[in-house]
Amino acid sequence: MDLHIPELADQEKPEKVNYRIIYRLLKHVWPYRGRIMAASAMMLIATITTLAGPYIIKVAIDSAILTSDYRQLNWLTFLLAVTFFLNWFSSYWQNYLMSWVGQRVIFNLRQSIFEKLQGLGFKFYDNRSTGEIMSRVINDIDALNEFITWGIVHIAGDLIVLVGIFVIMLSENVMLTALSLVTFPFFLLVSTFFRNRVIQAYREVRGKMAAVNSYLQENISGLKVVQSLAREEKNSEAFSLINHHNMKANVRAAGLFAVYLPVVEVVGALGMALLLWYGGREVIRGVIQIGTLYLFLDYLTRFYAPLRDLSQIYNNFQSAMAAGEKYFQIMDAKPNVEDAPGALRLPEIQGKVQFQGVTFAYEEAKNVLEDIQFTVEPGQTVALVGPTGAGKTTLISLLCRFYDSQKGSVVIDGHDLKEVKVNSLREQIGLALQDALLFSGTIKDNIRYGRPGADIREVEEAARRVYIHDFISSLPQGYDTPVRERGSNFSMGQRQLISFARTILRNPRIIILDEATSSVDTHTEVSIRKALKAITAGRTSFIIAHRLSTIRSADIILVMDRGRIVQEGTHRQLAEMPGLYRELLNVQIIDEDELFTDLLQPQEEAF
Amino acid sequence: MNVTKRLLILLFPYRFWVAASFVAALFVMVLNLTIPQLIRLVIDRVILENQLDILNIIAAGVITVSIGKAIFTFVQRYSMEYVAQKVIFDVRNKLYRHLQQLSLGYLGKITTGQLMSRVTSDVETLRRFLDFGVIHFLQSFLTIIGILIVMFIMHPLLALVSLASIPFLTVTIWKFAREVKPAFSDIQHQVAQLSSVLQENITGIRLVQANTQEKGEAKKFHGQNKKLFDSNIFTAKIWSFYLPLMHFISGLGTALIFWYGGRLVISGQLLLGELIAFNSYLLLLVMPLRMLGWIISLIQRAVSSGERIFEILDSEPEIKDVPGAKDIGKAEGFIQFEQVSFGYDQGNMVLENINFQAEPGQVTALVGATGSGKSALVELIPRFYDPQKGKILLDGRNIKTITLESLRRNVGIVFQESFLFSASLAENIAYGKPDATEEEIIEAAKGAQIHEFIISLPQGYQTIIGERGLGLSGGQKQRISIARTLLIDPRIIILDDITSNIDTRTEFFIRKALKNLMKGKTVFIVAQRLSTLKNANQILVLDQGEIVEQGSHHELIRSGGRYAELYKMQLYGVEPTAS
Repeated sequence: MDLHIPELADQEKPEKVNYRIIYRLLKHVWPYRGRIMAASAMMLIATITTLAGPYIIKVAIDSAILTSDYRQLNWLTFLLAVTFFLNWFSSYWQNYLMSWVGQRVIFNLRQSIFEKLQGLGFKFYDNRSTGEIMSRVINDIDALNEFITWGIVHIAGDLIVLVGIFVIMLSENVMLTALSLVTFPFFLLVSTFFRNRVIQAYREVRGKMAAVNSYLQENISGLKVVQSLAREEKNSEAFSLINHHNMKANVRAAGLFAVYLPVVEVVGALGMALLLWYGGREVIRGVIQIGTLYLFLDYLTRFYAPLRDLSQIYNNFQSAMAAGEKYFQIMDAKPNVEDAPGALRLPEIQGKVQFQGVTFAYEEAKNVLEDIQFTVEPGQTVALVGPTGAGKTTLISLLCRFYDSQKGSVVIDGHDLKEVKVNSLREQIGLALQDALLFSGTIKDNIRYGRPGADIREVEEAARRVYIHDFISSLPQGYDTPVRERGSNFSMGQRQLISFARTILRNPRIIILDEATSSVDTHTEVSIRKALKAITAGRTSFIIAHRLSTIRSADIILVMDRGRIVQEGTHRQLAEMPGLYRELLNVQIIDEDELFTDLLQPQEEAF
Repeated sequence: MNVTKRLLILLFPYRFWVAASFVAALFVMVLNLTIPQLIRLVIDRVILENQLDILNIIAAGVITVSIGKAIFTFVQRYSMEYVAQKVIFDVRNKLYRHLQQLSLGYLGKITTGQLMSRVTSDVETLRRFLDFGVIHFLQSFLTIIGILIVMFIMHPLLALVSLASIPFLTVTIWKFAREVKPAFSDIQHQVAQLSSVLQENITGIRLVQANTQEKGEAKKFHGQNKKLFDSNIFTAKIWSFYLPLMHFISGLGTALIFWYGGRLVISGQLLLGELIAFNSYLLLLVMPLRMLGWIISLIQRAVSSGERIFEILDSEPEIKDVPGAKDIGKAEGFIQFEQVSFGYDQGNMVLENINFQAEPGQVTALVGATGSGKSALVELIPRFYDPQKGKILLDGRNIKTITLESLRRNVGIVFQESFLFSASLAENIAYGKPDATEEEIIEAAKGAQIHEFIISLPQGYQTIIGERGLGLSGGQKQRISIARTLLIDPRIIILDDITSNIDTRTEFFIRKALKNLMKGKTVFIVAQRLSTLKNANQILVLDQGEIVEQGSHHELIRSGGRYAELYKMQLYGVEPTAS
């Protein structure tokens, strides 16, 4: 039966097959050649015993039953049972060994792509969605499994079955063999003709189904909006239409499929009728025996399955190649930041940071930072201020060497960052990002994420220093409280404090913080401010600041706009001179007063 | 009512199609059983009795039978598939229609993910049951019955002997199904685990690299990867063992037939063709037996999916129009809360004894810590929930006696997370008023300070946004949702902490947009930053579900209570000396 045809619609096709990929894939299989050899041997036994069954029956008919030989019949029956047993045994080992190899290779491929991904720089991730990378590691590798487990051994098995049947048939009777094979071209023709149409139709179904699901997804998550705007009736109509398209596509595909299978069977039946018609005559004429006719009838039915499998190999092969190509694309990707040959470990950082004429662009000719020049002394706190897109985040990314600048250099304590080992730099930098992402695990694990060896005392101490210890110990499970997906069981402010604790536990020499813009309730806000003060003390610190109070307490304020530093100084200095800083400052102050005064006065005109 | 019965009732409107499918299946079965008989005739009559004249007829018969079988197979499959698709179409529509009526209270108990899985994968399971399940069940069942009858008519004793292997086969199939099912779900579970490890890693890759934890992550992944490998191997072992075993058992059945049948032929009690036909029947019996195991699990899954689907369909919307509810048209916007108490679930009150009123043109601000009940309070106004005690009046009329639709048309909400749909900008703005003219849409966009941006896009108002379209910034989204609210021109406006995720410059535009929106309306603002509230007409300070202070900014500052304390803390932070 061809029940799996609809699934073929899920496969992808590459533009063109790159044969080097096969070679590279096979290299991953090579270490397990011993098991593959064993599996192949087992497959040979399985095939032989499968084909032997009908042959033994043929012999039983012709030289035991028709000649009334009881002893012969007993013997042959016993032999038949033995072949079935051998078949069981060898099939088991063939399947098991091949699955083992397939899974093992998949395991290795997954592990190496994962490890590769860990080393790839930000540039790689900037251009790709999480879902895209996930599907490389999960789905594409599964597609390869199909190819490795079944592609290799199955193709060989199918070929052996076909050749075996063909040889036995020929040795029995040439004319009958020719007649048996006469319908195969039609079989191939019909099944190719229909299969491609069926696959096409199921692709269409998949598209329509995706439309249904994404409509539901969107409207269920936006249900509040739907209800508040009283759109229910309208949406039901819209959904019914999408749903209807889906139904039509399904019925069409099912209709095609319902034609396909019976037509293939009719072709098969034609072959059988031909065989009976001609074979029957030959038996009467005494050219062949009844057993031989039986043998042909039996083998005829066994011919179709391998033939069908082989005709699908090209499809399978293509989709494996598509997956393989994407796999190696990642494996071949170069990290955008790599240790230079002979790079040295960065000694313990004192904290002097210099940007010397740094120019950087994510893409050619679109400079995000231009000629950045400044010096920070050890222990100073730097606030980066400026509108969205000014280049603040890019600047701190360069400091962690997540990217390398095109021109100029970033220097810490006199060491150009391009000349030191990346890890030795990052180990000494504490970075707390704006989204304050938490991993699944316990709070404790999250705090000591950057230093897995830390003991509970150190974890508590870090938490205490950022004013989150009291909150954590007030939880029923304390530091062992599990963190739900992305930390959704904690408020934004709490997540931020936990991520501060994580940063401070590493005792980094340089601290980089991206202050969250989202507002938190007043108590948390106060804790965050106190925590900020605690963790910036005695370290060179960079803060992308959104709050006036943070900015005020900074030693240096770098005001950025469109990739340049436009102003530099302390709050007092900058507040007194005209410029972007004062503009930004004014917006913040104005917004607090202007809105409602304006709003409340011209009320009358609304009526 | 029993779920299976209800599933069958779904089929009832299409009973003629189902009947057609059933009749066709019957024919397929009969024709299926005819082929071995034709072969029997060739051997017993043509060859052994030399009746060459009927050979042509038999060959033609084989072709005729298979063509007939093809036609009936088509009818059977197509009609059943058609029914399944129709039923599923109906179920999806009903489900979605019903889902939209459900109150947020109900939905709050189920996550979006769970709800999604009910309307997608549960419905899909049901579909598989209706088409594959029913088709194969019919076919398998009929085939088994048919073969048994034919065998016993042909030769009862040989029938018994050839069926000797069937019990063993059945037990094996049953054991296989029992072992392989949990093994497969274990694989699925491990894949899901691996995906979540991976997803977390990729989302947090910047953090991983900043903390130089690449090696630790690789170890974590290795552990999960290994678990998946083990589950796969475990499953491979099971089916590598059982599938050939089934083959082996049915093979023994064949051997038995030839051994015993061969003796019968030799002793003249059976014809050779009959023996071969018997063997064909035995082989025909194996497939449906294997199918049955699979179908039974399909039925089980369909029943539990059906249960979950019916659970939604059966749930009464908690919030719906009372009999005689009135369409109030355009309201004035005078809101009163009278002794309102509310909790998302019984016994856990989120709001307690709330009393206040808000007049048209007034701004009411709600202040309080997270969890103090601010959002719950405003969500009572459009009746997303009903209070357990007390009542809420709109223009002096209890909102429960107003039709939901007319009530909600009078209330415009701008949510903290602006939710937009994958559609054009124009459609998004006109979402609450699909028949709005182009001028109205443009005017709303202008009011929301987003018109300039929209016309700067190559496709202007027809630009598609969302997942497969243009990505918008938080501020832009917010302004679109303000435009959406402006267009429906509600009398009451609720702003749920909307400026919290926006940077300063964008906030400026949003504030301008809001100003247009709020003119002359009854406005409720839920806010975190107290500085934004100075000019509200009244401020309600909530704490643990109660209004603890109420008054204007100046009154509250002067009274020196909690508000004053919070305000000072926020304005000066921990370093009051710095300013």
